[in-house]
Amino acid sequence: MTTDTGSEIVLSTRALTKHFHVGGGFAGRPSRVVRAVDGVTLEIRARETFALVGESGCGKTTLGRVMLRLQEPTSGEIVYDGTELTGLGEGEMRALRKKMQIVFQDPYASLNPRMRIEQILAEPLRSHGYGTPAEIRERCAELLELVGLRTQYLRNYPHQFSGGQRQRIGIARALANKPDFVVCDESVSALDVSIQAQVLNLLADLQDQLKLTYFFITHDLAVVRQFADRVGVMFLGRLVEVGTTEEIFARPLHPYTMLLMAAVPRPDPRARGGERPMMQGEIPSPMALPPGCRFHTRCPFARDICRVEDPALQNHAGHTVACHFPLEN
Amino acid sequence: MMTRSVDSAATPETPDEASFLRDTVRAFRRNRMAMAGLIFILLLVFCAVFVPWISPHDPYRVALDEQLLPPSTTYWLGTDNFGRDVLTRILYGARISLVVGIVPSLISLLIGTIMGILSGYLGGKTDFVVMRLADMMIAFPSLLLAMVVMYTLGANLLNIFLALALVGWASVARVVRAQTLALREKEFVEAAHANGTSRGRIMFDHIFPNVVPTLIVLFSLSIPEAIMWESSLSFLGVGVQPPAASWGLLVAKGKEYMFQNPSVAISPGVAILLAVLAFNFIGDGLRDALDPSMKD
Repeated sequence: MTTDTGSEIVLSTRALTKHFHVGGGFAGRPSRVVRAVDGVTLEIRARETFALVGESGCGKTTLGRVMLRLQEPTSGEIVYDGTELTGLGEGEMRALRKKMQIVFQDPYASLNPRMRIEQILAEPLRSHGYGTPAEIRERCAELLELVGLRTQYLRNYPHQFSGGQRQRIGIARALANKPDFVVCDESVSALDVSIQAQVLNLLADLQDQLKLTYFFITHDLAVVRQFADRVGVMFLGRLVEVGTTEEIFARPLHPYTMLLMAAVPRPDPRARGGERPMMQGEIPSPMALPPGCRFHTRCPFARDICRVEDPALQNHAGHTVACHFPLEN
Repeated sequence: MMTRSVDSAATPETPDEASFLRDTVRAFRRNRMAMAGLIFILLLVFCAVFVPWISPHDPYRVALDEQLLPPSTTYWLGTDNFGRDVLTRILYGARISLVVGIVPSLISLLIGTIMGILSGYLGGKTDFVVMRLADMMIAFPSLLLAMVVMYTLGANLLNIFLALALVGWASVARVVRAQTLALREKEFVEAAHANGTSRGRIMFDHIFPNVVPTLIVLFSLSIPEAIMWESSLSFLGVGVQPPAASWGLLVAKGKEYMFQNPSVAISPGVAILLAVLAFNFIGDGLRDALDPSMKD
């Protein structure tokens, strides 16, 4: 995965895999395996926004959690700032969590309803021995100002805020210990559109100000186009295409990427009803993956080899793609 | 927007816990039913403690010429089959019944909460061991278990506590574990994990406060249960020994004279009812007072 910018790598994964075992284990019935993340290799560069897109259930969220070791990977490697994370003990990992943070999707579930804002913001500071109570209080006020909220809100409880304000608090909490890598897991999906724009602008400002790197998980391609530097497209636990935002939007190479782009509704009534390539059928079950390329059952261009051989990610005209027959256009 | 210097002046150096307590007390006092319940219980405790000075009657004096008298100005709730004043005996009974109602409930709540949170949050082997232990306690007929404890250790108040707590913690642990399992999956717990908070702190700061409302309900339910358990044990002769009085014992003995003087059985029954009701109101008030979203 080598492109022109060549800035340093903050976090990379190699053949990262997360399998879940469902059911079974009773009366000798074998348990079935869900391959939520199945061999993902990617690199995230300092100060970029890497967007991960894909439809529901493709393993985006799981990948984000596994990268932070909020869930244990089944196999593979995660290297953060030169340190291999998978082998670290709980204590070493806790120390590193200062630098790698997450902003959650649901601003209603991600704040403890029984804690004041001050307690919520102070928690990560206390966990890492930030300083005296007075210093912690000062830092909490600073954090609220950083995300554009009034410092008098420190004494309030989460239920007294709107969704957008809560999300700002969630962001403030993530930034408490000055991290450099932040996973945004559908962080604006639950907000209404006008608030979405505000929160996205805030995230962009903070990125400039604090030199953050974002791993931005979303299914909203409009947000990706506006916000991301590079895009990874995920399908059934695999990355199928990685490239810069302009490249991916202008020249998608993987049929899945192309179909995903085509599925975005167009706000033009006259363009309706025109010929549009459609995806066929249902997404295959991650418990019973098809042989060969896992997209072949839905791919309008599938040929014989696609049903047999699983394509690897390879460089092709400036971005990486996992397809036997990358689109030429 | 407020500047920080103004803000730090507006927020004095009060620790969070103190102001939380103040808010809670204020919210509780606004709840009339809860306050009524609290006043009733305080009054009951006062009377139970000072009954020797309040009541002109001796709870143990036998007066066979004054058997089963109906309520009168001398004997406000009448007399029992030995001619003893029913009201005085109820107040003496309150001493035992309130303590037996509250103390073992608190002990089983304490043990059950710790076990339940550990079991639910840590999972794995801890979960397995704790839950099998709880299963054993639940599988045993609890009355039998309590009786075995009382027989082997002797019938006194301390052993009643022990027996009741031994029987009670398992069901508390099961409920708390179930709640913990649900809470563990919440994003705010994951956020705490993600920002490096230790597991102990997560259990204490995130799981426990969100289990408290359930604990309060369990507590107000377990008080009447404990009073009933005590009366069962007393009825079987391994609990409180006559002529000492407890509410359960008074109802059990009084029911034989239901037709001669219903007051003998009904009065202690009403006392149990009122006390249980009062505890329920207090519990509801406390639950609401502790919920931040109910305070505005």
